[in-house]
Amino acid sequence: MTKDSQLATWEVFIQSKPGANYIHAGSVHASDNKMALQNARDTYTRRGEGTSIWVAPTESITASNPDDSEMFFDPANDKVYRLPTFYVMPEGAKAI
Amino acid sequence: MELLEKTDKIHEELLKNFEEKINRGDAIEPKDKMPDAYRKHLMRQMSQHAHSEVIGMQPEGNWITRAPSLRAKQILLAKIQDEGGHGLYLYSAAETLGISRDEMISQLHSGKAKYSNIFNYPALTWADIGAIGWLVDGAAIVNQVSLQRTSYGPYSRAMVRICKEESFHQRQGYEIMAKMMKGTKDQQEMAQDAMNRWWWPSLMMFGPHDSESPHTGDAVKWKIKRHSNDELRQKFIDKTVQQAEVIGLTIPDKDLKWNEAAGRYDHGAIDWNEFYRVIGGNGPCNKQRMAHHIKVHEEGVWVREAAEAYRVKKEKQLLHS
Amino acid sequence: MTHQEALYSYCLRLGDNALIQSYRLSEWCSNAPLLEEDLALTNFALDMTGRAQALLTYAGQVDGSGRTDDELAYRRSERKFRNNLMLELPNGDFAFTIARLLLNATYEYYFFTELRKSADETLSAVAAKTLKEVKYHMTHATDWTLRLGDGTNESHRRMQAAIDALWMYTGEMFETDEADALLQDKNVAVDMAPVQASWKAYIENVLKEATLTMPADGYMQTGGRKGVHTEHLGHILSEMQYLQRAYPEATW
Repeated sequence: MTKDSQLATWEVFIQSKPGANYIHAGSVHASDNKMALQNARDTYTRRGEGTSIWVAPTESITASNPDDSEMFFDPANDKVYRLPTFYVMPEGAKAI
Repeated sequence: MELLEKTDKIHEELLKNFEEKINRGDAIEPKDKMPDAYRKHLMRQMSQHAHSEVIGMQPEGNWITRAPSLRAKQILLAKIQDEGGHGLYLYSAAETLGISRDEMISQLHSGKAKYSNIFNYPALTWADIGAIGWLVDGAAIVNQVSLQRTSYGPYSRAMVRICKEESFHQRQGYEIMAKMMKGTKDQQEMAQDAMNRWWWPSLMMFGPHDSESPHTGDAVKWKIKRHSNDELRQKFIDKTVQQAEVIGLTIPDKDLKWNEAAGRYDHGAIDWNEFYRVIGGNGPCNKQRMAHHIKVHEEGVWVREAAEAYRVKKEKQLLHS
Repeated sequence: MTHQEALYSYCLRLGDNALIQSYRLSEWCSNAPLLEEDLALTNFALDMTGRAQALLTYAGQVDGSGRTDDELAYRRSERKFRNNLMLELPNGDFAFTIARLLLNATYEYYFFTELRKSADETLSAVAAKTLKEVKYHMTHATDWTLRLGDGTNESHRRMQAAIDALWMYTGEMFETDEADALLQDKNVAVDMAPVQASWKAYIENVLKEATLTMPADGYMQTGGRKGVHTEHLGHILSEMQYLQRAYPEATW
């Protein structure tokens, strides 16, 4: 049993409409996954914001370190050939 | 990378990065390096903000069972529930700083953490529900709108969500006041009486004058606080005076007058003795509010223990099956 | 008894059940054992207030008196209320509230499943909406019953005590009178026998899984159908109706 009597924390991700990405909404406290899901529902979808919810124990989430962000993300900045706008299309070509 | 972080030189550089980020207007995220004082300031402010939402449920909760119509009851319930939810969002955001909700609650119970002074005043009549929504939430929203641009990411995101949800709170309070001012003489008297009692404490919600405010300096430098106490208070007064006039309520300040040159209202002196007395624990409801919170917390211990014990049992069963 | 009188009585019964239940649940606001649970119980109270509005509004129309939902809720006296006695009992501890929610939401789940097929379009529409709500209430109550029943010694003891204390009020949920008989003939009201059987089977399963003992059926206290309540209802009304009674000329 944890010393914290407010129960464990769970991260909540809400899908706002069918087919949409799940977006982080915040966290809730709960002792088990069923309670976490219900608590997330009652906390984060009171105004019909959701069609689906994910919950995950906070401790199970690994976040990238902001200090690594240059090493992680900057090298992707100059790979412009990954973008469709990089390519010159012959005039008159359609549907490409 | 962890080894590298241990060198002081890099540590200094990271703090420099923090200041650069703040200056650029980038949000600070939980894993970013931040000065201890910044973290402490946020913990204090965010937990106080969360506690205020939760303690604020009490004066209004006092009227749920006596709400005079089914509609009024629904609105009030939904509003108080929102406040609980907002407390939850804020606890959740504060927890990203490395403080647990349990710790924040025990700091509240020990008196180390505060909550908004306004909730140490009693909700005596139904008109108080109107006054709380209109004036107290009205003052709070001025502050919260400003905080949407606060520098700490989780706090800012919580405030955006809160502001979106709270937009109906002030309206419901104003609607109650407007209805009562159109009603019987008893109702009008009740509304004016509530106005008289809640006006000054609402102005005090913005905190001491800028010249007296001990926390403003750093908070402004770090962009936690985006507007000063006096700026926000003035904003609240300027919009509220007109709203009071429309429904025929009198602002209980004989020195209140429009200042043409400055383009704002000048108001009478705030009784800061009262403010400091109530903050110091000697308000009408300080003891009652805290006793209620502690009682509920303690009565809930067996429930939370049971939920934990059940989880442990089930996990063991899963292991042996 | 005319069809109109029977339908009025039936709507009132369902509306009052929702109203009184929502009153008791709303008392948990700022009193729950976890902030998250505070929000959950308030949500249920809001569901029930909405249901009470719909049913009392309909009762006022059926009755032909033109009384609004508020007039029925706030200007009727003790003997005119038709809710089940179980719902007006004080909240007690969290176990008592969960036990009551389990017993009643399960009943409502099976009841409204049937009422959805009612020949009365208004009732069937209310039932369809309510069903979604009570299914969630029932799930929530079931999960908590398992946690408390099979949690610690203390929670088990409290949960068993709550179930035992409430049991004598469960018979009333399935009680029928002249109004039921009349409306059943026209496929408006629900046949209670299958509802009771499903209810009992579900409750038996949950209690067993929660390591709790299902009490034997003994004396069943009833009276709500005739407006003979417990002493608690009067206190609810004196609080709930206070403003409407103290300022009869005022609108709010």
